[in-house]
Amino acid sequence: MKILVPVKRVLDYNVKPRVKADGTGVDLANVKMSMNPFDEIGVEEAIRLKEKGVATEIVAVSVGPAKAQETLRTALAMGADRAILVQTDDDVEPLALAKIFKAIADAEAPGLVILGKQAIDGDNNQTGQMLAALTGWAQGTFASAVNVEGDHVSVTREVDGGLETVKLKLPAIVTTDLRLNEPRYASLPNIMKAKSKPLDTKTPADYGVDTTPRVKTVKVSEPPVRSAGVKVADVDELVAKLKAMGVHS
Amino acid sequence: MKTLVWVEHDGKAVKDATLAVVTAASQLGEVHLLVAGSGVDAVAKDAAQIAGVGKVHVADNAAFDHNLPENVAPLIAELMGSHDAFLAPATTTGKNIAPRVAALLDVMQISEILSVEGPKTFTRPIYAGNAIATVESSDTKLVLTVRGTAFDKAATSGGSGTIEAVSAGSDAGISSFVGAEIAKQDRPELTSAKIIVSGGRALGSSEKYQEVIVPLADKLNAALGASRAAVDAGYVPNDYQVGQTGKIVAPEVYFAIGISGAIQHLAGMKDSKTIVAINKDEDAPIFQVADFGLVADLFNAVPDLTAKI
Repeated sequence: MKILVPVKRVLDYNVKPRVKADGTGVDLANVKMSMNPFDEIGVEEAIRLKEKGVATEIVAVSVGPAKAQETLRTALAMGADRAILVQTDDDVEPLALAKIFKAIADAEAPGLVILGKQAIDGDNNQTGQMLAALTGWAQGTFASAVNVEGDHVSVTREVDGGLETVKLKLPAIVTTDLRLNEPRYASLPNIMKAKSKPLDTKTPADYGVDTTPRVKTVKVSEPPVRSAGVKVADVDELVAKLKAMGVHS
Repeated sequence: MKTLVWVEHDGKAVKDATLAVVTAASQLGEVHLLVAGSGVDAVAKDAAQIAGVGKVHVADNAAFDHNLPENVAPLIAELMGSHDAFLAPATTTGKNIAPRVAALLDVMQISEILSVEGPKTFTRPIYAGNAIATVESSDTKLVLTVRGTAFDKAATSGGSGTIEAVSAGSDAGISSFVGAEIAKQDRPELTSAKIIVSGGRALGSSEKYQEVIVPLADKLNAALGASRAAVDAGYVPNDYQVGQTGKIVAPEVYFAIGISGAIQHLAGMKDSKTIVAINKDEDAPIFQVADFGLVADLFNAVPDLTAKI
């Protein structure tokens, strides 16, 4: 079966975001961008399913600016077979993203779509679930184990309190949690090879999707700053401070 | 505005996570609740007692056990014909269901709201809590998830909601629940605890976590937490994890022990009232947010603290 893997180009997770002085957003000029870490895990899982003989082809998809090509090339270097860039400079919301992925799923007929559980910029945690609603497919979110068994997939999910396992009819949507796997590094020969793998460029209009935002960002501000308190000299001083606050056994 | 609040429950009682959502919903308008599952009469009665609740919709059907979104989302979407907003807690259950509901209604969801600023205006954290966005919806119906630590909990008594059965919904037949491994904890729940004692990678092993962290938590009747590094290293189960990708907590007192304070961890606990850090490295970023910092070897300091407090 074919696996569709949406990936997003985001601010690198090691970079501390800076809010723009005019309150319009986070400054993304001249900062390091990378593939969303949860999406890397999605690409890795798809590759592992291909290595096990479950998947036959992996199609990586990204919606974003021309530079999102780099993110797709990273997915291709890891082991994806081909890529589709849906190019737009707009900031596309999860609902519109899900509509674009739905149109691509209709055209490609994948057995599984594997997305990250959330992007580390918008922190929405919505796109996979929305895509599942639009396709009418089952969803296995926050996955820490994925096993395809015939025409079903069993997904172990990380939930509050522990783990739970659900069995879903294929085709299905899976969103990855951090513990699903450890993504591989792309080797230099694979990075070179990825340059000649096919990458189609489309636009949201090609899929008939209107990307006008439904939610307007009125302003973006710094969170309240928490300042450093005091350093205590020893355990006795800490105990005294805690007792003064009313913390004791 | 009529709101519909998802009641998170374990089949016996309403979970605490629901109570903060009721507070958020009451800032928007009339509060209606939805209790879904089989044999949930006791939960519905419980729910009707919550202060400020108007109607409690009860969908009694085995298809709604285990909160499978394929079955539950269409039920909610149908009930949204007579409601203006759907609110769920930003727990793994709420996050699993709400976006599916939003897409069925063709509206954008607003995730993890921190405050209600107007009938359609909310604040929410982005970039792991490093920025706060004020956002305004233009959709006709609202779908929101609510960060539990940002709202006070509604009182569990004093309400007089009316219970009403709902016959909608059925099993979509595309998903089934196989089983669960729920970690047993005989102590307060992490997200609602007044005190949390968290351990990090510096502990070095699961044994040391048990030996150093657990006795202090026991003595303070605190919940146990951990950094992602400690979870990934296998010292504790993953549901102990505090952070952007784990649980978001805001207790009265948070003990960060052997935790450096990476932004992913800070995103989960920096709204705690008082933060106490014990770390050997005096340059650890955790000290930039700690109210009380102790630079010391945790293997000496923590047992000493446990003995003296």
